[in-house]
Amino acid sequence: MTSLDQTRARPAAGGLSLAVLAPWLMAALFLAIMPFVFTDNSAITIMNQMAITIIFALAYNMLLGQGGMLSFGHAVYMGLGGFMCVHIMNWMEDGLITMPLPLLPLFGGFFGLGFAMLIGSFSTRKAGTVFAMISLGVGELIAACSVIVVVFFGGEEGVSGDRTYGIPVFGFEFLHQIEVYYLTAFWLMLSAALMYLFSRTPVGRMANAVRDNPERAEFLGYSQRWVRYYSFCASGFFAGIAGGLFAINYEILTEENLNLATSGMILLVTFLGGVGFFFGPIIGAIVFTLLATVLKLHTELWQLYVGAIFVATVMFFPGGLAGLLAMHVAPWRLGKMGVLVKPYLTTLLPGVIGGLGLAGATEMLFHAREAATGDEAMGLFFMEVSSHSPVAWAAVLAVTAAGFWLARRGAPGLKAAWDEANTAPGGRR
Amino acid sequence: MSAALELEGLRKSFGKAEIIRGVDLSIGRAERHAIIGPNGAGKSTLFNLITGRFPKTSGAIRLHGKDLTGLAPFEINRLGLSRSFQITNIFPKMSVFENVRCALLWAQGHRYSFWSLVSRSRELNEGAEEILEQINLTARRDLPAGVLSYAEQRALEIGITIAGGADVIMLDEPTAGMSHSETDYIVDLIREVTKGKTLVMVEHDMGVVFGLADRISVLVYGEIIATGTPEAVRANPKVQEAYLGAALEAEH
Ligand SMILES: Nc1ncnc2c1ncn2[C@@H]1O[C@H](COP(=O)(O)OP(=O)(O)OP(=O)(O)O)[C@@H](O)[C@H]1O
Ligand SMILES: [Mg+2]
Repeated sequence: MTSLDQTRARPAAGGLSLAVLAPWLMAALFLAIMPFVFTDNSAITIMNQMAITIIFALAYNMLLGQGGMLSFGHAVYMGLGGFMCVHIMNWMEDGLITMPLPLLPLFGGFFGLGFAMLIGSFSTRKAGTVFAMISLGVGELIAACSVIVVVFFGGEEGVSGDRTYGIPVFGFEFLHQIEVYYLTAFWLMLSAALMYLFSRTPVGRMANAVRDNPERAEFLGYSQRWVRYYSFCASGFFAGIAGGLFAINYEILTEENLNLATSGMILLVTFLGGVGFFFGPIIGAIVFTLLATVLKLHTELWQLYVGAIFVATVMFFPGGLAGLLAMHVAPWRLGKMGVLVKPYLTTLLPGVIGGLGLAGATEMLFHAREAATGDEAMGLFFMEVSSHSPVAWAAVLAVTAAGFWLARRGAPGLKAAWDEANTAPGGRR
Repeated sequence: MSAALELEGLRKSFGKAEIIRGVDLSIGRAERHAIIGPNGAGKSTLFNLITGRFPKTSGAIRLHGKDLTGLAPFEINRLGLSRSFQITNIFPKMSVFENVRCALLWAQGHRYSFWSLVSRSRELNEGAEEILEQINLTARRDLPAGVLSYAEQRALEIGITIAGGADVIMLDEPTAGMSHSETDYIVDLIREVTKGKTLVMVEHDMGVVFGLADRISVLVYGEIIATGTPEAVRANPKVQEAYLGAALEAEH
């Protein structure tokens, strides 16, 4: 964990203080009122998707951020939990078993946990490349199984179910999106709280220690392998819960839920949010879901942009969005945020505009090459332009060049302002 | 009464080079034992063999009469042996406080618990605070350990080692790189926390060695050429010739 976290955790010797509880209560309140702000079904669908991604990303970060394990196949545990839950829904429909629907994700969790216990027993022996390669291999293997073990995975079409056959809870049968929202939000709060608490247990603390210095951890009485194993199992459990929620929301699971693309996506989400902070993956999941939803609506090339943003994050902000926020704590405390406003406007803004210009040029190129001959008109940033018009090309390239040029020119000023904003009035950093 | 630590015909080769060439040594309970010798003599290697960091080539190592063959470092640690490292070996991204607290977890019986919160254990937190106080790092409590100065990291290294209250404590050059006053402070601390415990220490500072040790072994080229009380070792002509003459010279 990072310095922010530690200073906050200080007065916790003993009871729960309001300072510790406040963010959680606020989050709960926020989740409770969101559907009143965004009332239409598509917004609620997006929020549900966000909640599921948050749980998955937090679970993933138990490995990556907390435990120092880079997994390329974590979708497996979410996917398997999800598949199991669809089967359970079908058994409920057939009257074989019966229970209230809100309990279902727990079974997804147990299934994810069971599988993580199995795979983890050999994959967590070593960290680093060995772990990463095993996760990749297992991910590939399970994805391949989905077309082989058709009874469980349903082959290419996947398996689908109907969530409404559970015992009604207070009269709710989960026919409506909004009911599913509150179910999902409940599991989000519960899972996030439990994952946070896990990071505060002895084994959770040792996960950090093993991440930082596995050898020294061994000289303190802990087997690095078993410490990793516990984190891995816990992570599998919460990934399974996310899978169960996915099953409830979409009522269908396919190979896509456990393949490598999904595993890569969650790595991206988590990294984008920031692995060094507990709340990093939450930011990552929210931003990514919004970004993907919006971009998907407007361009076929959305994955290209997501990829570019990811590369930029890794290169320029390895702490992710959470790290970026945390960087501003010091200027904030020094009361010097004002120093940064102007350079941000004169440097970052042109940078963003330059980036958008480049994206515009990419879109035009794509349109010019891919659209049917004769179809020259395309929508670009709410304008109608022709992908073959030299004027449009000149304009978009000029904007790009000007944006980047301004950003580059402002960079030294930004750097100076940043140093200034981080310097205490006495002159000591 | 059996010895706390016993080495018998211990050998270690890296490839063709034999670094530890038949070491026999018996260190009694509650003894403070210093191992001295020139650079590259194999002192750290000896530590690494005892603590399970490297596998031995042949010979025997016994802790309280128990054979340590094949045990991993964490298993050896659980038998009550704790060590520090010559090259600082801490948890750089964790806070100083967390570093110390992690060192207390197993010793206080928390094992792999995922059902209790570290902040809830008064014994754990107060124990960690107490160690911080002892190593003079209370003011640095919340900083990531990686940003501490070299001397502070050395102090933390010792703090982590002694935190768990192991009854055999092995320190590899605890005062290396410390100033005179820091060295004096740490030596007093070591003396205090190892009361009634077995201490095995590698040290180049002869002032520290002669002030602290009950017995001294001199290791030269992987062999112990002398073991005895400080006076006896100092008077030993072989030791004078091989090592001490030069080392004491350097002190002045
Ligand atoms: N892992 C290793 N592989 C190969 N050779 C090693 C290894 N570790 C140590 N050696 C060699 O063993 C010899 C003894 O090293 P060691 O670190 O034990 O000496 P030392 O007595 O602790 O010296 P110093 O006083 O400088 O700390 C050196 O020649 C070193 O190069
Ligand atoms: Mg050495």
